Amino acid sequence: MSVDIDTVKRVAHLARIAVSDEEAERMQDELNAILGFVEQLNEVDVAGVEPMTAVVETAMKKRADVVTEGDKAEDIVANAPISEDHFFLVPKVVE
Amino acid sequence: MSDLTKFTIAEAREKLKGGEFTASELTEAYLTAIDAANASFNAYVEVTHDHAREMAKASDEKLVKGEAGALEGIPLGIKDLYATRGVHTQACSHVLDRFLPHYESTVTANLWADGAVMLGKLNMDEFAMGSSNETSYYGPVLNPWKSRGSNAELVPGGSSGGSAASVAAHLCAGATATDTGGSIRQPAAFTGTVGIKPTYGRCSRWGIVAFASSLDQAGPIARDVRDAAIMLKSMASVDDRDTTSVDVPVPDYEAAIGKSVKGMKIGIPKEYRVDGMPEEIDALWKKGAEWFRDAGAELVDISLPHTKYALPAYYIVAPAEASSNLARYDGVRYGLRQEGSDIIDMYEKTRAAGFGAEVKRRVMIGTYVLSAGYYDAYYLRAQKVRTLIKRDFEQAFAAGVDAILTPATPSAAFGIADQAMAADPVKMYLNDVFTVTVNMAGLPGIAVPAGLDGQGLPLGLQLIGRPFDEETLFQTAHVIEQAAGRFEPDRWW
Repeated sequence: MSVDIDTVKRVAHLARIAVSDEEAERMQDELNAILGFVEQLNEVDVAGVEPMTAVVETAMKKRADVVTEGDKAEDIVANAPISEDHFFLVPKVVE
Repeated sequence: MSDLTKFTIAEAREKLKGGEFTASELTEAYLTAIDAANASFNAYVEVTHDHAREMAKASDEKLVKGEAGALEGIPLGIKDLYATRGVHTQACSHVLDRFLPHYESTVTANLWADGAVMLGKLNMDEFAMGSSNETSYYGPVLNPWKSRGSNAELVPGGSSGGSAASVAAHLCAGATATDTGGSIRQPAAFTGTVGIKPTYGRCSRWGIVAFASSLDQAGPIARDVRDAAIMLKSMASVDDRDTTSVDVPVPDYEAAIGKSVKGMKIGIPKEYRVDGMPEEIDALWKKGAEWFRDAGAELVDISLPHTKYALPAYYIVAPAEASSNLARYDGVRYGLRQEGSDIIDMYEKTRAAGFGAEVKRRVMIGTYVLSAGYYDAYYLRAQKVRTLIKRDFEQAFAAGVDAILTPATPSAAFGIADQAMAADPVKMYLNDVFTVTVNMAGLPGIAVPAGLDGQGLPLGLQLIGRPFDEETLFQTAHVIEQAAGRFEPDRWW
């Protein structure tokens, strides 16, 4: 499978990365080189093979359903580029 | 006073306890070395002078009181991927500009609890994506090693290039690193240092910036096998804050060093003889096998038939997980923000400006292979292949093999801005051809220096062990170290 320029732009939008036409062209070649490389997986007979979900088979750990920490609003917004009154500020999303 | 930076962790530990010098003197010696040489290497992206001096002073008080921890007063470098409270933590990415965590990673917290001293944060490939440390927002790291008679600048490998270079150049006593496809073992091999990626689940991933969560593991890079064992003992723990941390007690790895390997079975996998591999790497591999035979181990030819599919499967699984993990860098919660006409435009501009070319490439691949209609063809198939890769190893171990010996890398260190690597991302990816199988199967692997090539550059061998059997890796790696000796670069800096 190989990707065309429109697919590159669609994927970039899904990935939320702005790309110029020039970048999209370069990426198309790079992505096709990588997709060409992974193509060899089609040689492998995977009939009846379970997909790996964890390398070490263990039961999922569960923690007690209790509050262990909290009241850290100041810490949480401390690294935000823009915040106000413990809220993250974003461009207007509703009219 | 003689140069205190020449001592290994094990040596410094004894001398600190014996009062031959203080932790403050040792730390000062490293800070002086860093201030003099870091401009040449670009190994540290942040040097924490004051912090280091305070920690060393506290260590001196503990040493006097006889309350020294296992790493009391030992100065370490920390890869920029580890969250360190109030200190530069950016995974060497522009997108995390000015990020200062309000928490400490479990692994670094373990090291500080044992008395270690932080010298600063080490350079790395951006988000640990790279094999040459050239994708760092902070620029490449220089390998302390140079080819004989040449002044050409070489890469230290990656992604833990700053860790490997600083250990090789004695700009720290040891360093933390991480390994998703070979990022501890390949730079260790390129710099004549020892690096171990422990079993998945051995070290907590809590507080380490995530790249590919099912593959990422923390581990040390050190000057010799004993130092790597000392560091891993402190780094490893069982942690409720990482659901994949495995509840197995941490053994005394140092105790395994020096034990005889007589009667052990060392597997030699035929699939690790790849096209285009330099003859001297093949010769070194054979020599390594002979060292084991001489030490009384039995060599067993084994087959790991799915080896060649590990790298292509990795380049589906790792980017897929990365595309999900890196979705959080959105210009809202931390780091860089580029304003846009609306929220989507803000996201897209922030990520376009904040991520470097390699990170964008992998996020794009990951997004593509997980997108509607392609999931089964790519991701699901890759995870099935991963099951087969793991099964290959399980069969070898079930047949009685104790450890598997392979080359660590398909070449020695290459030049900075290598034309062929820059032109073809897949060529760069092939650096990890021998190491990536281990991540895909979740096994422990150690790279240990075994010799120099014709140009005088270090080459490493890799040993792969059973899950949670790091002890056998330290035991067997020590056999290679004893036979090969240790390798240090000629000082030009």
